[in-house]
Amino acid sequence: MGTPHRDSPVLVTANYKLSFDLLRFELAEVDCWILVVDTRGINVWCAAGKGTFSTDEVVLMVKQTRIAELVSHNTLIVPQLCAGGVSSSLVKKKSGFRIIFGPVQARDLPEFLERDNTASEGMRAVTFTLMERVELIPVELYLQLKTIGFVLIAGFLFAWIGPHMFSLQAIIQRTLHLGMATLLGLLCGSVFVPILLPWLPCRQFWLKGLWPPLLVALCWGINIYPHVTIELLSLSVWMSVFSSFQAMNFTGCTPYTSPSGVEYEMRRGIPVLALLAILALLVWLVAPFVD
Amino acid sequence: MQTMRYIDNTTTLKLNVDVCVGCGNCILVCPHRVFEIKQKKATICDLNACMECGACANNCPVDAISVNPGVGCVEAYINRWLGRLFKDRGRSSCC
Repeated sequence: MGTPHRDSPVLVTANYKLSFDLLRFELAEVDCWILVVDTRGINVWCAAGKGTFSTDEVVLMVKQTRIAELVSHNTLIVPQLCAGGVSSSLVKKKSGFRIIFGPVQARDLPEFLERDNTASEGMRAVTFTLMERVELIPVELYLQLKTIGFVLIAGFLFAWIGPHMFSLQAIIQRTLHLGMATLLGLLCGSVFVPILLPWLPCRQFWLKGLWPPLLVALCWGINIYPHVTIELLSLSVWMSVFSSFQAMNFTGCTPYTSPSGVEYEMRRGIPVLALLAILALLVWLVAPFVD
Repeated sequence: MQTMRYIDNTTTLKLNVDVCVGCGNCILVCPHRVFEIKQKKATICDLNACMECGACANNCPVDAISVNPGVGCVEAYINRWLGRLFKDRGRSSCC
């Protein structure tokens, strides 16, 4: 980057396109070397967790690029979030290079370098701001398109059961209602939950995921009162189950949920959700005979 | 991250203060500011903020820290449980 010389700092990053581009952008004004570790296109933190951004990879890159011949010092600045995979003492032992942990965010790097390679407390903590949460929503929605399609097909196959058996209109209506409930559940669990995350009551995500559908179902119910049908009740339960599961799934996207915590809430949430889902399905199947 | 807290009392993080040499690595690498230095030794000041990423244990020169590291991800657990159910070791992770 720029016109690096023998005393310029060496910064290490992952070969995840966004990480690399961000680093280049933030360091546009700085003369430095960038050492890219092959993480197979995965970002720094995930790669550190999965072992691709590891001590051995860093050592391998140091040797392969023969960076020692290019610079007069023996210091590597690595992103703080690779620390789960990179052990500073082992890198030193195996390659002779000393590791300095840089800030979490690439945007703090210029200030970090100016301050003689020291990071403030704020630079060392991860955040999960509204913007950072909103950016995750499209992927969450996209990944569930298949589920919606699957539910619609399965719903259509089962929707004919009932006294209306041969009414195509009734079958389509039932399928559409199911599809809408699923879509609303997805909206609740993968849009409202991420946005409202810090303000939703309860620590466990599956419980957080129950609040939005509860509100939606209430509003819906009040709106059409007194024409509340058994079918609508079953669909409300289904919507809540889907939202709750999606909320629990969102733990994988946050930077503060621990595996032990996720296991804890899954052991409680999944049995309840499975039971509710079966209940919703049964009631939905029986509904046409009752309504 | 004081505004967002996960479930209390679930983390597997443990620090053996007797072994600690007070190098401060854990304080540098922890993304949730779980540690602080008191009287030249590391202490855990916010245990429940720990997300078990394993950075501290990985960078402790004297192995004073132990934690079961991993990713807090539902899909990974489902795959692990399915794998155990069907004796298929291929599926142990998510993305």
